[in-house]
Amino acid sequence: MIPAAFAYARPSTVDEALQAIAEGGDDVKIMAGGQSLIPVMRLRLAAPETVVDLTRVAELRGVRDDGDAIVIGAMTTHHDVMTDPLVLQHAPLIAEATETVADRQVRARGTFGGALAHADPAGDLPAVALALDADFVIAGLGGRRTVPASEFFVDYLTTALEEGELLVEIRVPKLAGEWGMRYEKFNRVAQAWSIVAVAAVVRREDGHIAEARIGLTNMGATPLRASAVEAALAGAQASPETIAEAARSAAEGTAPSSDLNAQADYREHLVQVLTRRAVTAAAGL
Amino acid sequence: MTQINVRVDGVTYTDDVEPRTLLVHYLREQLGKVGTVVGCDTSNCGACTVHLDGAAVKSCTVLAVQADGGEVTTIEGLAPEGGGLHPMQKAFHEMHGLQCGFCTPGMIMASVDLLKENPDPSETEVREGIEGNLCRCTGYQNIVRAVQQAAGEMRGSGNGHASPAEVDTAAAPHVAGAQQ
Ligand SMILES: Cc1cc2nc3c(=O)[nH]c(=O)nc-3n(C[C@H](O)[C@H](O)[C@H](O)COP(=O)(O)OP(=O)(O)OC[C@H]3O[C@@H](n4cnc5c(N)ncnc54)[C@H](O)[C@@H]3O)c2cc1C
Ligand code: FES
Ligand code: FES
Repeated sequence: MIPAAFAYARPSTVDEALQAIAEGGDDVKIMAGGQSLIPVMRLRLAAPETVVDLTRVAELRGVRDDGDAIVIGAMTTHHDVMTDPLVLQHAPLIAEATETVADRQVRARGTFGGALAHADPAGDLPAVALALDADFVIAGLGGRRTVPASEFFVDYLTTALEEGELLVEIRVPKLAGEWGMRYEKFNRVAQAWSIVAVAAVVRREDGHIAEARIGLTNMGATPLRASAVEAALAGAQASPETIAEAARSAAEGTAPSSDLNAQADYREHLVQVLTRRAVTAAAGL
Repeated sequence: MTQINVRVDGVTYTDDVEPRTLLVHYLREQLGKVGTVVGCDTSNCGACTVHLDGAAVKSCTVLAVQADGGEVTTIEGLAPEGGGLHPMQKAFHEMHGLQCGFCTPGMIMASVDLLKENPDPSETEVREGIEGNLCRCTGYQNIVRAVQQAAGEMRGSGNGHASPAEVDTAAAPHVAGAQQ
């Protein structure tokens, strides 16, 4: 099908974009890569009055070094994120997870910021941003504010972005010490979304796990941290047995849905298996 | 209506389009480039794949206005000027990389894009590289062979990893027998 008619704005700066959003009427949609938005508009599940296309806002693209963090522009495509030297050096988890997103055509247009703002519970990047304690920089007509990942994902397809606001960039703190990372994704066929996935970030110190941060994909309406596993692993010996034992509590505090791909109890089982695998790999075992 | 300037298969066009017009519909209905096809409503099948500014994209998931100022190559503009087939087209033909042919334009455009990044892909890399393209006929085996054959030819070293399509030779006597 063809989308319903809409007015089209193509700003070239963040200020112009905010202006266009403010003037766009009651139902304005921001378009990043369009890889989630165009399908939804084609099915007429969305029929915005105005589309504000960020494609030409050059200041939103690219990755830069900002001392204690790397900063990823919201409009940086999945392809460019995956191949970026700063991402590969400081946050290889993002590259690893992004490689599993969709397919090369979708990755050529879909963006890091779009995937995070879309906040699909099965999307791979929200749990990764959560595990890395990323910060979200949001612009509005009144200025900019920064929201931590733990507060950005509010509900199913809902984020801390208010009407009229724009996600500008994502700050990913550089990690000090010896860190390992792993994204374990389970899906049915090529190009499919995660049934469940686990993002693990582990700091090792003298044969011990000093700190573990674990983000869960598709275990609830928003990405979640596996807090019980993180607590069990803090200071624990880095052995397969300890990790297996800790991973048993991965489903604690989650609320996975039942759908065409899997029942909730299957997801609760799967998350334990994937947590064990992800933490084991991130711990270098 | 919004005016766009776009270069498609080496020719520059200036046209008025509605912002909601999908690139694939602009190509097919306004320019008559019906070599690019639509196979789904969900951005999954990849049949509509074209190159936009050098990268493979699903033209059902791009607005025509987004191609303004850009350069599009479709399956119709892939072959070298003055005749003959592109090595990828030739390899699909020779390795029997198609049956009904509906997925073929997209498969070929995605495969050419893959080889730009990885000129010598392993079988697994080919399968992953074209995961955005679905084929309902072939079972992919001969498509993978075709991509590897084209890779070999484009690197200038003969047949690459590919061996002739076994399915073809195995089936031949059988088919001939049935016809007698
Ligand atoms: C076939 C297919 C398979 C896919 N498989 C996966 C997968 O396995 N894993 C996965 O994670 N994703 C998958 N995706 C989704 C893909 O990652 C999209 O790129 C992503 O969800 C949306 O990014 P986008 O840049 O295209 O955003 P758009 O589609 O342009 O926008 C998505 C939403 O976010 C809002 N938005 C976008 N940018 C901003 C911004 N800067 N500020 C405020 N709001 C904004 C838009 O208004 C819209 O509501 C798949 C998509 C397709 C078509
Ligand atoms: S028509 Fe199926 S992906 Fe474009
Ligand atoms: S040849 Fe028929 S869909 Fe691929």
